Amino acid sequence: MLFSPGDWEILRLSLKVSLAAVLLTLPFAFALAWALARGRFPGKLLLDAVIHLPLVLPPVVIGWMLLLALGPAGPVGGVLERWLGVTVMFRWTGAAIAAAIMALPLMVRAIRLSIEAVDPRVEDAARTLGASPAWCFVTILLPLSLPGIATAFILGFARSIGEFGATISFVSNIPGETRILSLAIYSALQVPGSEATVWRLALISIALSLGALILSEALSRRLRSGRSGHVL
Amino acid sequence: MFFDVDVSRQVGDSLIQTRFVAAEGLTLLWGPSGAGKTSVLNMVAGLLRPDRGHVRVGGETLFDGAGGIDLPPHRRRLGYVFQDGRLFPHLRVRANLLYGYRLARPEDRWTSLEEVVAFLGIEQLLDRWPRSLSGGEAQRVAIGRALLSGARALLLDEPLASIDLGRRSDIIDVILRIRDDLRLPMLYVTHDPAEAERLASRRVEIMPSFR
Repeated sequence: MLFSPGDWEILRLSLKVSLAAVLLTLPFAFALAWALARGRFPGKLLLDAVIHLPLVLPPVVIGWMLLLALGPAGPVGGVLERWLGVTVMFRWTGAAIAAAIMALPLMVRAIRLSIEAVDPRVEDAARTLGASPAWCFVTILLPLSLPGIATAFILGFARSIGEFGATISFVSNIPGETRILSLAIYSALQVPGSEATVWRLALISIALSLGALILSEALSRRLRSGRSGHVL
Repeated sequence: MFFDVDVSRQVGDSLIQTRFVAAEGLTLLWGPSGAGKTSVLNMVAGLLRPDRGHVRVGGETLFDGAGGIDLPPHRRRLGYVFQDGRLFPHLRVRANLLYGYRLARPEDRWTSLEEVVAFLGIEQLLDRWPRSLSGGEAQRVAIGRALLSGARALLLDEPLASIDLGRRSDIIDVILRIRDDLRLPMLYVTHDPAEAERLASRRVEIMPSFR
């Protein structure tokens, strides 16, 4: 047996956290991407910059800011705890939130590119054929930006799998709760004689990331050369 | 009069302004490039909001600046054939044709997929993707899509512009048959004298003006 039950447990937790993070982020990422691609409003440049912050800030800073906001004394965390009895600190849900914030910029970028590739004049054509703005969105913009949404999903997922800094500073490194792949590798590195564990976990990491990148590249090729090619 | 249009709109430095009434049949909107012919068509279709004026088609007021009436494009029932086709790239020809048909109220539909396909001679295109069509084929599909949407009139914006010279006369034939056989009123934008000659219709001149 190459992998131990403990490895699978870590992988399962990582997949759960990453999947939750991406599903949580997707609607927000789409709304933000749409606003940035199509909207005209004051402060657009600032919004764009703020969304990209997690890409350039030290992840530890993001984790610390999450701690401030979502901790029991924080403005959001306090409300969650008092009104809903929900705590995200030191929980896998908190890990998912940290991963979501870190994945957001990549996801917004991918979706924004695909929305910008949709010709708004094609949507005008749909309007003249009787489509309300909402129907036009569902039948034209959404399907045409699907490759970008899929790419965002995969990139966001891969980013979440690799999350480390924001997670460890926000929800710590608790076995079975917040110890995702990268944290498990870090922990194993601290223990002398556990090179084999490090190797196995690293291999899982590499396989996941490589798979995600290949899938995303294949999708973006399809986007470039596929049905969404020019018409006329 | 079927069309009763009196609109103006400031676009950048130029003032686009026109006023005309036209009976059913085909009416050319004629003028040099850059005079704002397409903008006028967009204002009739509801894609561009006039600064003031009114648009009435078939006795219904679609826009009235003073009266606060501004029907959105999807409630105007005007088929629009664009210069560049603008077919939906993610839908096959059949789904493109039926897009507006499915949205039209049953009482507004006046033709069927079979009739339109036969009228335009596009049977063999139904299962193709738009990107595999030639310019002429795509424009036929675009015309069919507009007819099937239950339109009470067609707006055509230089529909021959993206079609090979040798194929243009086929599309002109289609347009003349829409005028004579289907008796669908049309506003037709062009700046091409040969095309205008061939369609031999009343003209509304749209000239550029600056303010």
